[in-house]
Parts: sequence; C-alpha cells; structure tokens
Amino acid sequence: GDGDGDPLRAPRESMPYDVVIVGGGPAGLASAIRLRQLSASRGVDLSVCVLEKGSEVGSHVLSGNVFDPKALEELLSHENDGEGIDWAEALGESQDSVATPVREDRFLVLTEGGGLAIPNALLPGQLHNGGNYIISLSKLTRYLGELAESAGVEVYPGFAADEVLYGPSGSVRGVATKDVGIGKDGLPKDTFERGVELLGRQTLFAEGARGSCSERLMERFDLRGGRGADAQHYGLGIKEVWEVPEEKFRSGLVQHTLGWPLQTSVTDRVYGGSFLYHQEPNLVVCGLVVGLDYENPYLNPYKEFQRWKTHPSIRDHLEGGTCVQYGARVLNEGGYHSLPRLTFPGGMLLGCSAGFLNAVKIKGSHCAIKSGVVAAEAVYDALAEGDGAEERAVAATGAIDPDEECKEVTEYEERMEKSWVYDELREVRNCHAAFSKWGVGGGLAYAGLAAHVLKGREPWTIRHGASDSESTRPASEFDAINYPAPDGVLTFDLLTNLQRAGTYHEDDQPSHLRIRPGGDDVPRDVSVRVYAAPETRFCPAGVYEYVEGDELVINAQNCIHCKCCSVKMPGGYIDWTVPEGGGGPQYQVM
Amino acid sequence: MKIIVPIKRVIDYAIKIRVDASKGPLGVELKNTKMSINPFCEIAVEEAIQLKEAAAKAKKGDAEVVAVSIGPKQCSETIRTALAMGADRGVHIETKPDVRGDYIDLQPFGIARLLKGIVDREGDVDLVLMGKQSIDSDCGQTGPFLAGLLDSPQATFAASVEREDDGSFVVERETDAGTETIKLKPSGSPAIITCDLRLNTPRYPTMPNIMKAKKKPCETISLEDMVTELGLDLDDVLVPKNEVIEVYEPPPRKEGETVESIDDLLGKLKEKGLLS
Repeated sequence: GDGDGDPLRAPRESMPYDVVIVGGGPAGLASAIRLRQLSASRGVDLSVCVLEKGSEVGSHVLSGNVFDPKALEELLSHENDGEGIDWAEALGESQDSVATPVREDRFLVLTEGGGLAIPNALLPGQLHNGGNYIISLSKLTRYLGELAESAGVEVYPGFAADEVLYGPSGSVRGVATKDVGIGKDGLPKDTFERGVELLGRQTLFAEGARGSCSERLMERFDLRGGRGADAQHYGLGIKEVWEVPEEKFRSGLVQHTLGWPLQTSVTDRVYGGSFLYHQEPNLVVCGLVVGLDYENPYLNPYKEFQRWKTHPSIRDHLEGGTCVQYGARVLNEGGYHSLPRLTFPGGMLLGCSAGFLNAVKIKGSHCAIKSGVVAAEAVYDALAEGDGAEERAVAATGAIDPDEECKEVTEYEERMEKSWVYDELREVRNCHAAFSKWGVGGGLAYAGLAAHVLKGREPWTIRHGASDSESTRPASEFDAINYPAPDGVLTFDLLTNLQRAGTYHEDDQPSHLRIRPGGDDVPRDVSVRVYAAPETRFCPAGVYEYVEGDELVINAQNCIHCKCCSVKMPGGYIDWTVPEGGGGPQYQVM
Repeated sequence: MKIIVPIKRVIDYAIKIRVDASKGPLGVELKNTKMSINPFCEIAVEEAIQLKEAAAKAKKGDAEVVAVSIGPKQCSETIRTALAMGADRGVHIETKPDVRGDYIDLQPFGIARLLKGIVDREGDVDLVLMGKQSIDSDCGQTGPFLAGLLDSPQATFAASVEREDDGSFVVERETDAGTETIKLKPSGSPAIITCDLRLNTPRYPTMPNIMKAKKKPCETISLEDMVTELGLDLDDVLVPKNEVIEVYEPPPRKEGETVESIDDLLGKLKEKGLLS
C-alpha cells in the first residue's frame, strides 16, 4: 500500500473503457457480446469490460430453468457473419451440458397426500412450454462468458464492484472494485491491495435481483419514484440438483405445483410454488419459490422445501438418486408495476437488477438477455455514432475524454417499452397482487382471467402495498410450525446441504453483512422481541444465529449471496455489501 | 537467477468431494467440480516472486520466474493466475482430457522425470520451488524424487527461505520435532525447496496485473511432443507405479444421542463397554 498515509485511502489506479458492465450474468454478457458484434459490423470499436464477483463466470448464477431461447437466438443470429450459432450444440460442446427440449408440461395443485392435475388447456398460454428447453443457466452463462472473451470483451471474475463512482455533475462515471486484504479488525494486512477504478463512458448494472449497486442507484436517482412504481416484491427460490437412476429419468418433463405445503386452503396468501424438471442426461432439478411477502415469521422456506420433497408426487422422482448441488437466490415478483425508470446519467439497469422477470410465466432469463441486447444497441448508438465517434472511443485513445458528458441513454427505456418484454409483463401485471389480496384461490382465478380474457388491458391496477419486510406480522399472532426432521437421504439439514453450494469466503475479512448505522438494537428489540427472529428461519445458509437468547451472531462466511436478508429483515437492519471478490457459492450446474 | 515453479491444477480446497461408488478406483467426481491452483503451489509462486523482488531491491540482478504446469487445456488458466501474481512466463504441457492427475495416471515419479527434463531444457536453473504436496494425491514425493533425479540439494516443508550473496538458500523447515535450519549450497544442480503453509500468504492478483499477464508468453506443448523432445518414453511418465485399489467416502458421522441425566450417561457408557 501507500507508505505515506492511510493505505485505505491511497489513490486508486484507474482503467478506462467505453463501457463498463457490472455483473457477468446472462444480461451483462449478452450486452457485452452485442457491443462487440456492433464494433465489428459497424466499424467503430468500443472497449468493453465485465466485472463479476463470483470466482468464475457462472458461479453465482442460479435459476430453474425452463428457457425460452428467442432472445438468445436473436443475439447469436449476428454471429458468423449472420449465419448464427446453434446455441444448444455450442453449449453442449463448450460446457458438456445438455439443453433438453421440453416434452411434457404438468401443473398440479397438491394436497397433503395427493393432488389434482390441471389440464394444460386451462392454463394461461404463457405457461405452455412448447419450444422451450430445460437448461442449466450457470452453464449457459459460462458459455456466454467464453463467447464474450473471444469477442474481445475483458472479463474479470473474482472482482466485486463495491462503490459507484460519480462525476462532478452527479452522473455515474464507473465503479471501484473492493479493497482486498483487510483483516477482521479493519486494518490492512500484508496482502492489502487497493481497489481499482473502472471508468466507463457508460456503466451498465446487471447484478441480478436486488443488486447491491443497483439498489443504491435506485435510491440516489429515485428511479422508482420517477416512474410511480411500487416497491419491488421478491420470492426466495431454493433449488437442488439431483442425479437420478435411469429408470426414474423422464427427459423433458416439466412439472410445476401449487398448494401443499405453502397453501393448504383456498384463502392462503403465501405466494409460491414448486418446480421440477428432468434434464439430460440424468438430472432432476427441483425447488420451491416462496413469496417473501409472507406474514408468518415462523415460516421456514428451507424446511418447507425439504418437506415438499416428501410428497408422493415429488419423492417418486428423487428416490434412489443423489443430491449434487444446493443453492438459493431471490427473484423479482413485482413485475410491470415494480419496474423503475431504467436509466440515469452515465448508466442504466439491465436484467433482474431492473426487474423484468415474469412471475406468472416463471421465466426471466429471456427478458434479461433481451434487455442486454437492447441496452447494447442503444449504448452503441449513443457512443459510436456521429462525427468524431471513432476519435472519442476509449478503444482508440486509451482514455476517457474528460470534457465528454456522461449521457443518459433514454433510448434504452423507450425501446424496452416497445419490446415484447414489456408486452409480456403488461399482460400479467395484476396477477401477483391478486394473490396477495385474495389468496391462492382468488389469485389463480384472476390469473386465469387475466391470461385468457383481460391480458393486462383491465383498466384497474391492484396495488402491492407494503414492502416484503413490512408484511411480516408479529410472532404473537401465530404458532411455531413443527417441521419434520430431515432423514439425510431425501431431506437434509441445512448445514449439510450448504456444503453442496461450495460457498466459502476468505476468513479474515470484515463481515460483508453490516448492521445499518443506528441499527444495533434492532436485532434484539425488534427482530427477536416482536418477530421471534425470522432471519434464523428465512436465511437459506444459516448465516444468522442468536446465542444466549438475544445476542446476534452473523456467520458471514456461510453466505450464498441470495439477498433474502436484504429483502425480508425486520426493520431492514442489514446492509448487504459485497465481500472480497471470488467468495460466495461455486455453482456449476445451477 | 532463474526459478522454476511447477504448479498443479486440483479440485478447489473448499469443495466437498463426491465419490461415485459405481466407478471404483476412478470414483472421485471431477466433472462439474471447481478446480483451482493447488494451495501449496500458490505459496511456491508467491515465494518465487518475493525472491525475485528481493533480488531486484538489493540490485542483485534480474530474476526470471517460470511457471510450469502439466495437465489438460484448462491448466493454461492456472498458469495465467501465476503470471498475474508476477511470474514472467509459463510452460504448459498439455495432456489429453481423459488423463487424470489425481494419482490415477500421472504420479510423482513420472512427473519428477518430466520436470527433470524441463529443468535440463531450460538450462541455468538456480532453484525449483514447489508445493510440499498436492491436496488431491497428498503424496509429498515429487520434490524429493526430482532432487534425487537431478542429484540436487533439497529442503522440504519450508517455512522460510532466504537467499545469500553466494547463491545459497537458507531454509527453515517445519518438522514434527520443531524447526530445523538448512543451508543449500550452490552445487551445479538447482536447489529443490518444497513449501509449507507457514511460508507466506499469496498475494491477490490485481486487475492491472491480470491484464499484463495476458501479454506474457506461455508455451503450450503436448505431453507426447515434450516427451519426444526430451528423449523420454511416454510410459515413463504416464504408466503409474502405484495402483489405486479403492476410493470411498468417509462413513457418515453417527448422530450423537442426548441423555436425560448423569445416571443415563453412566448407563450408556457401561453399555458400550467404555466403563469398567
């Protein structure tokens, strides 16, 4: 570090690019690839850098996933001089992962011992999966990472964007990576390295749902207020990947369920359901999504998932198999009415950081990729068109023109509003709120109505009301839930399962999960006293513990970066910041 | 001063190992498992760079650090990590994708033979710094084998390394009985030092250094071509001397039992024959 002064405040080296992309997921990589495609085809070269906090591209990507390939096909149609790439074949060759065509779509409403299947004809069109593929999104993202690198994108896994950088006029001019080599005591160690500033003429934020920089940007630029948007609502998706014996394997089967265990009566308002897909060669990927606007603080999403597996319709798929991977991540459920304004001076929000996931269709990757493509095209037009564009490009000059203003590329949002992404979201815009108001029975009825008749054209808007954290009701209004003990074969205790996420963090660093200033008493006085410490139940990694009754212990090392605590914490007492890059889960097949 | 650092790509130390019982001795599951640089090899790279920096600071001439790895095509990423930490150049001996480095096909004696050939090929090597063992096979033999083949002085389990003006290396070794200090004198053959955990804490590769690393030279040569060039027999390297008979996961820990009282505890202990 710097010898003559506080090393923690030493000036940082800066690396300039035309475009800096925060987050190496499908949205971020799609935009990086598209920018380089345009550089090649339109002649003005733009330099692109992608920052990814996971140790490898794909390490932090988790998704169901039944994939609608239309946006990816659009992106890849520009490859090979317009001849395109067969993405499924390329994915297989590059990652040894099979994109499995959907052959059978089942929708069940479960009761404790049985259930009934809903005929496909009654389901909204958006839930039909013909032409879609069961994939591992982590594997697809790894493939996109390779494509990006060969297109000349500089991809840096293992680096976490910690701080958004602003210019004198308040526009975003880039991000700084986190300082590394700081001990638990907050002091620099021998290995201390100051973070680096990545400066961009435009900075694109593609951090996934509840991105740490994205949330701060939304506050700073009042992006929700600017559009009159509702607060975002989230679900917690918890997932396992199983290898199953040949006789159990049914290639291309897609099964979704509602009902037991989350909803046991028609008026139950806990939003959520399960997914279970059979992916070649012998994988069953399955999980439970629990809406985080649930009221009962005794609800334990992880244990609900474990007991769901014991249902006769579910256990049949898994028995005799081995669980090979485990993980969890929040996903957006707010849909159209929770979308913020997408742009601000110097940058924009992509993918789930903005919130394009279609919670009724249970799909968001195609929207994320499309948003990446649209963003790239808008940014390229803004930066590489017009006289003198070539001379202004960092790719050519190696520096950012200090006199150039960091524009707000509003074209991006205009084009998104006209795209099929917004069309899809508008169609189902009231569905989630209908569940919250009327429970699963009313919600399903509304979804059916919306899908077949109203298609989003209804003149009313059902508003979302309170934030997910505010929806929790005091523990005194409920009884504790008695969950069955795990058997270690079909169901597992949390810490055993957590090993399957491969998560770890450098031991000797300050906790990245920080109690907000002034919030020191909130864990004991609010969370424990009023809500019986729900964080000890909703965290799918066992991070939060209370010892001696009310003393909080944060096991930050266990964290799998799902962001649930940043959403559901009573009193919102946790500020989710990035740990040293390279830490967190090591998802391979999620 | 020229330092060779052999580095190995292994299953990441934090990942839970899975064993597919149906695959017998080949049961350790490598597919879809995160791989990283062997932690002791990373320590060796760090030490080599520190020696290089010390020589530069004391104006004792230039030093060159060469990272060498033997393994499938992904080893080039492992070499890039070493280059990003500060190594000058890399040599990647590429094996076919199905050749296993985790004590199945490639074993210490074969690797040591190959490394001897590389040391001779490079010429003027002062020091070979390596990890004390790899965390997959845990043999700890490659360093001593190499020293034997090269007729070199060696010090294993190094906890500290200093270079003296006359070119000797003073090494503090960790042993079960305590710390031992050894001086390796210049001998016409490169000194061999294997590194233990306490030696140093590897630095974080910074982004500017990762960028610079992309421009550093890395030679890739197939195992078959390298073996031919060195005048060795492929069997010398690939045919293992030891055979893995069985691989199995450790038996699951039995659940503890909670007892209600001291009398119960005594009863249980007597039951299990643990008390007379």
